[in-house]
Amino acid sequence: MPQQTEKEYKEILRQYLEDQSEQNLYMGEAFSRKLIERDISPEEVISIHKSALKDVLPGLPSKVWHSFDFLIEMMIRYGLALKEHQSLVKRQEEMQLEMEVASKVQETLLKTKIPVVEGMDLGYVTVPSRTMSGDYIYFVGNDMDEAGVAVADVMGKGIPAALCMSMVKFGMDSVQHSSEGPSGVLSVINRIVEKSVNDSMFVTMMYGRYDAKSSTFSYASAGHEPALHYRASENRFVELDAKGLLLGVSPDARYEEGSVALERDDFIAIMTDGVTEARTPEGFVEKETILDIISSVKDRPAQEMAEHVFAELDRMQGFRLQDDFSLVILKKE
Amino acid sequence: MAYRSSVDIHTEWDIVAARQLGRNEAKKVGFGTVDQARITTAISELARNIYLYAGAGKIEIERLNEDGLFGIAIIASDEGPGIPDVRKVMEDGYSTSGGLGAGMPGVKRLMDDFRVDTERGKGTKITAVKWLR
Repeated sequence: MPQQTEKEYKEILRQYLEDQSEQNLYMGEAFSRKLIERDISPEEVISIHKSALKDVLPGLPSKVWHSFDFLIEMMIRYGLALKEHQSLVKRQEEMQLEMEVASKVQETLLKTKIPVVEGMDLGYVTVPSRTMSGDYIYFVGNDMDEAGVAVADVMGKGIPAALCMSMVKFGMDSVQHSSEGPSGVLSVINRIVEKSVNDSMFVTMMYGRYDAKSSTFSYASAGHEPALHYRASENRFVELDAKGLLLGVSPDARYEEGSVALERDDFIAIMTDGVTEARTPEGFVEKETILDIISSVKDRPAQEMAEHVFAELDRMQGFRLQDDFSLVILKKE
Repeated sequence: MAYRSSVDIHTEWDIVAARQLGRNEAKKVGFGTVDQARITTAISELARNIYLYAGAGKIEIERLNEDGLFGIAIIASDEGPGIPDVRKVMEDGYSTSGGLGAGMPGVKRLMDDFRVDTERGKGTKITAVKWLR
C-alpha cells in the first residue's frame, strides 16, 4: 500500500509540474482525501513528496532535500494533534451513545400513569432541555377517590440532576401505598434526599393530593414554584404556596400544608421554573403572558392545555428550551 | 548484545543532547527520516518532562535486536515526585496537552511499546520502544 500511494502521488505531482492546471490541483485535493482515509499522517505526506520529487526533479541542490527533513520535523506534532483529535472525537461519539442509552433508562424510570379519578381531568407535559431531565413528575393513584401528584425540580441539569432525581423516584415509590398526607410525603422524601445526595444538590418539590369526595386539593411545598389555582367563578388566578425548606438541606425540615376547595371548571397548574422562567432573547417571559397563555385554553381538556402552554413557550424561546419544562394541569370537571 | 548509552538531563540544553544521541542511534538501527523525527520528538517530550517535573534525571537509548527484530528503546528515568495518577496522564486532552497532541499519549502514539513505572516520592521510569518494520 505505501508504495502504491507513493506511485499515485508521484503521478499527480508530475502532471501538475507539467502544466499547473486547476484540474491537476483538483486531483490533488481528491487524493488528499484518500491519504486521510488511508490514515497517512502529515509527516508521511512530506516524506512521500520528498521521494516523489527525487524522481521527478533529481537535480535539486542538497539544501532543498534537507529542507524537507526540516519540514518533516515541523509536521510531527501536527500529526499527533490530528491523532489526538480523532481519538477525542471517537470518545465523544461513545459518550453521546451512552447518553442516549442513559436517557432511555431514565425514560423508563420516570414512567408514570395518569390515574383515573372521579370528576378530575389530569394532563401533563415534561420535556428535558438536554438529553437527560432534572424534572420529575409522578402520579399516585390508588382508587377512584384520590390522586396524588409530585412535581420535583433538581437544580442543575444533565447527568448529575438525573442521578439525583432517581433518589426522588425511589422515595416516591416508598410512599406510594402509604396514607401520608402531602407534608408527610415531603418529609419522607426529604430524609432520603438528605441522606443520599451531595450537599451541593438541591431539589424543590411540590406534592398535591386531590380528594374526590370533598373536592379538595391539599398540597405542601419544598421551596417549589407556587402552583396556580384558577377560580372559574371569579375568572382569576390565585397562587398556592406553602412554607417548606428545599429537599436535602436539613433532615428535620417541616412542611406546611394548605388546601383549597375546587369548584366546577377550576383548575390547578403545578410547574417547574422552566415554565415560569422561560427566556426569550428579549428577557424573561412576563408572568402575565404565561397566565394569558394558560387562560386562553382554559376550556380545553387538561392534556391539551398542558401541550398548548408548552408549544407556545417553546415557540417563544425559539424551540431551544433553556431549562427542563414540566407542567401538570388538574382540572375539576 | 544490546548497546546502551545515556544523557543526563539537568538543563534544557541537555534535551538537545538526548535528541542527538537518539537520532544517531536511530540512524544506526536503520530508521528512515520520518521515524527518526518521531523518535526524537518522543525523546524531547520525555526529556522535557524530566526537566520540568523532576528537575533531573537521565535518558538512556538502547539499540534492540530480538530474534532478528531490530528496534530502539528510550528509557527516561528520574527520582522526582512520581506521577500521582497515571491513568489521567495517559488520557487524551489532559492538562498541558489540550489538543496539542503532546504529553504521554503523544509519546505512546509516536512509539510502538510504552510502559510507565512510577512510585510517589520515589520517581518515574518510562520505557518506550519502536521497532523497525
